[in-house]
Amino acid sequence: MRRSPTDTAESARKISRRALFLGGSQLAFMGALGLRMRYMQVDQAEEFRLLADENRLKIHLLPPARGLIHDRSGTVIAENEQTFRIVIRKEDAGELDIVLAELQRLIGLSQEDQDRVRKELKDAGPSAPVTILDRLTWEAFSAVAANAPALPGVSPEVGLSRNYPLKDDFAHLTGYVGPVSDYDLSRMDRIDPLMRIPKFPIGKSGIENMLEDSLRGSAGTVRVEQNVHGRIIRELERKEGEPGSNVQMTIDHRLQNFVQARLAGESASAVIIDVETGDVLAAGSTPAFDPNLFVRGISVANYNALLENIYRPLPSKSVQGAYPPGSTFKMVTALAALEAGVVTPDETVRCPGYVEVGGRRFHCWKRAGHGNVNLTGSLRHSCDVYYYELAQRAGIENIAAMGRKLGLGDRYDLPLPGLSSGLMPDKQWKRDNRGAEWVVGDSLNASIGQGFVLTTPMQLAVMTARLATGRAVVPRLIKSIDGIEQPIFGNEPLDINENMLRSVRQGMYEVTNNSRGTAYASRISADGMRMSGKTGTSQTRNVVVNNKNVPWEERDHALFVAFAPHDAPKYALSVVIEHGGGGSSAAAPVARDLMLFAQHGTVPPLSSYPQSQQGTIRERLKNLTLREDTLQGGERTSA
Amino acid sequence: MSYLEQNLKTVPTGISKVLYINWPLVVLLTAVASVGFIMLYSNAGGSFTPWAEPQMKRFGVGMVLMLIIAMVPIWFWRTVAGVGYALSLVLLLVVEFFGDVGMGAQRWIDLGFMRLQPSELMKVTLVMFLAWYYDWLDVKKVSHPLWVAIPVIMILLPTALVLKQPDLGTALLLVFGGAIVMFAAGVSWWYFGAVAAAGAGLIAAVFQSRGQSWQLLNNYQYRRIDTFLDPSSDPLDSGYHITQAKIALGSGGWTGRGFMQGTQSQLNFLPEKHTDFIFTTLAEEFGFLGGISLLLLYAGVIGFCLISAMNNKDRFGALVTLGIAATFFLFFAVNMSMVMGLAPVVGVPLPMVSYGGSAMLVLMVAFGIVQSAHVHRPRRKS
Repeated sequence: MRRSPTDTAESARKISRRALFLGGSQLAFMGALGLRMRYMQVDQAEEFRLLADENRLKIHLLPPARGLIHDRSGTVIAENEQTFRIVIRKEDAGELDIVLAELQRLIGLSQEDQDRVRKELKDAGPSAPVTILDRLTWEAFSAVAANAPALPGVSPEVGLSRNYPLKDDFAHLTGYVGPVSDYDLSRMDRIDPLMRIPKFPIGKSGIENMLEDSLRGSAGTVRVEQNVHGRIIRELERKEGEPGSNVQMTIDHRLQNFVQARLAGESASAVIIDVETGDVLAAGSTPAFDPNLFVRGISVANYNALLENIYRPLPSKSVQGAYPPGSTFKMVTALAALEAGVVTPDETVRCPGYVEVGGRRFHCWKRAGHGNVNLTGSLRHSCDVYYYELAQRAGIENIAAMGRKLGLGDRYDLPLPGLSSGLMPDKQWKRDNRGAEWVVGDSLNASIGQGFVLTTPMQLAVMTARLATGRAVVPRLIKSIDGIEQPIFGNEPLDINENMLRSVRQGMYEVTNNSRGTAYASRISADGMRMSGKTGTSQTRNVVVNNKNVPWEERDHALFVAFAPHDAPKYALSVVIEHGGGGSSAAAPVARDLMLFAQHGTVPPLSSYPQSQQGTIRERLKNLTLREDTLQGGERTSA
Repeated sequence: MSYLEQNLKTVPTGISKVLYINWPLVVLLTAVASVGFIMLYSNAGGSFTPWAEPQMKRFGVGMVLMLIIAMVPIWFWRTVAGVGYALSLVLLLVVEFFGDVGMGAQRWIDLGFMRLQPSELMKVTLVMFLAWYYDWLDVKKVSHPLWVAIPVIMILLPTALVLKQPDLGTALLLVFGGAIVMFAAGVSWWYFGAVAAAGAGLIAAVFQSRGQSWQLLNNYQYRRIDTFLDPSSDPLDSGYHITQAKIALGSGGWTGRGFMQGTQSQLNFLPEKHTDFIFTTLAEEFGFLGGISLLLLYAGVIGFCLISAMNNKDRFGALVTLGIAATFFLFFAVNMSMVMGLAPVVGVPLPMVSYGGSAMLVLMVAFGIVQSAHVHRPRRKS
């Protein structure tokens, strides 16, 4: 195609004009970009710098080490154990199948765990650690660490986890920790920022729960620079937290172990307290459970097994179980009547085997009757009719007042959850709660620890300690926190006539030391260790028949309370065996073994038992499953 | 018109051509690419792998390619312009139907040694084809409706294919790049006015069609527009990109946070920091001074191209130079507007700086043509 030179020149000029226009427009646009850049980078720089810092600078919490729990001798009951675990992070992980196959080869990772890891990893953030396996053995842990290059994204980590080395023995006292739940958070007034850490362990029951604020400690903080995935690049500033307070219990771990072993096989409870200080030396409850199971995440099957067990392993029977005290209550009735001046220790009451009151016949446990009995005789024989008479003379208000004076109906200030206050009924209580007037029959039932009266094993032990000392002994479970001795209460006298107390103690002495006493078979024959006590058999239904032929849950509760040594009381205890049958046959032998262990500080020598029984006792003690250091014994540190 | 027709004028021949290469432009392009190497090195946390080293190799290959192309007479390129356009169109159709699936869109052909994006190729061949067209067309017919309709169809054909991929950024570049060649060729102002009015109408239609059966854009494109209009509305998803980019850019200040000290880029808060958002790394680490320096380098590239075009009496050479300069301008103007929050995120890389093979090589080829036009421009016999 031909084109004239003028055309060409004209078109070239036109192109140049338009090129200039284009260049001008482009320059203008670049100028605008430059201005925008200046506006953002100079005028708004401060603002954006702040936003950039907000992106990268984060404050992380450092969980403090939880306070330890010791027994009175300093033995560790709850500790923080180093645990080894391996985690995987998505952002660093290579081919997951290869990694998991390698782990299967190295440490035998199960197919279930592999599937779980796959599933959790799918939902996890890129740098969120997904636990592959927790609580590895050191061998498995080091095998993984040594093969790190073949396991991209897998990192071995060391953590702290609560451990209860004595397992079942302290389950009901220490309780256990578990990951904080939404439900826990909803019940807190002030939420510690630590609770925002996923799966942060907090006390779920027992002392762990009640002393949570002391045990937890306070969080430290660390200011870090982190990348977009939350991976920490470097640490800028670190402020260590305060570890939790160490808590020392008044419990003696050997005695506790012996109590648990001795009660094993029964649904039972026993409490032993030091009458001088009120220190609870042992508070057993069987069956128990291993609190470590809860820390590690108990399986549904295991948990259901605990829930459905008719022996109720989960609650602490020593403070949560409320039982009719039966004849162990008779000291209360006796002292109420003596204090009211309606009877003297030597005055006798005739027991024909029953008494008729208000058209109803109230039986003595011995249908044939006891004949004429005085105070000591009534305790020795556990004569019911004597107390029916005293109840009518003293009235329920005096009895209830004496019960309260001796510690019944009281929920002591113990750091255990779900404390039962039992029930010390009076006229007002019945009016308020039953909508009926108190009748004399109620007093008769109450006088022998039946009817409305309910007590916990802890209350019975306190009652016995108060009877033994005449002082208002108050139980103490925590000996010290962070080395600071906790106060001892209860040195003031009970304001009960000492002569009358002495008469009651004499009656209790005869229960176990008089050949006609109900618990003579369970006497301690070692001088200076002699035990005074009282049997109790509390009915769980109205008609008494032979205990052997009724189902377990309908049998009577067997109770025994005791203190020793008789002349200079040091220990008081209570034993309650649910549906155990008779107090003298089931509870008293247990109480004797416990009392002897408490006094010896170790498995009692056979010489403390009556000669004739030593053969069977030897067998019984030999068959107990005790820990090594319980068998060895040791010095008990006193308060 | 052919070389022989310009018999009053002369062009350099043989090895002496090397002296006529637009060397300032070569230096400027090398400087721009070097900014890219530095930022890629920084973005990799102070490492030549995985980005800086391959990018340098590609630049080396591209430089050789550019110089070879520069040595080939410009009329050869004019001759193959039509073939190039047709080939690009065919390749676009091929990726449309047989392309590999990557990044959610079918965009490349695997050549074994590299992945070729026909849409990148089209950016250059379209400009060449239009320059050829206006070189061929009688100057008097330039604004005739029929002769305007033909290039418009030539532009819209590849644009439609690219939009279908879907690649809004490239489509915009094709339309604007083509339009600028038409404008430079002397098409009447009225057409551009009319198109601008129609464009406004189209934008209205785009917004109207949303959620209707005749919806014009994909949902993700609407979301990008939403995000552009209000980045905070979606701070975790698509708005995250632009918010983080603005933070990085803004926090740079006058002189920046220092080489490899940009927290936004080094800690990975910046998305796509080695590709589309690489400018924010520069702005964060070298501040306003760093950013404005790159802008000046770009302005220099554009400036040398414009001077070369204005001094070129060869119509094809002048138009192709202007068209390529305009495409280059559109690349960085759209990319910078995007990272500064002035335009929606459309996925346009920063030319010669962003990591990526196709874009870099195609641009070097394009500048090879610019150089060829420069070297072979008609000169008066001295």
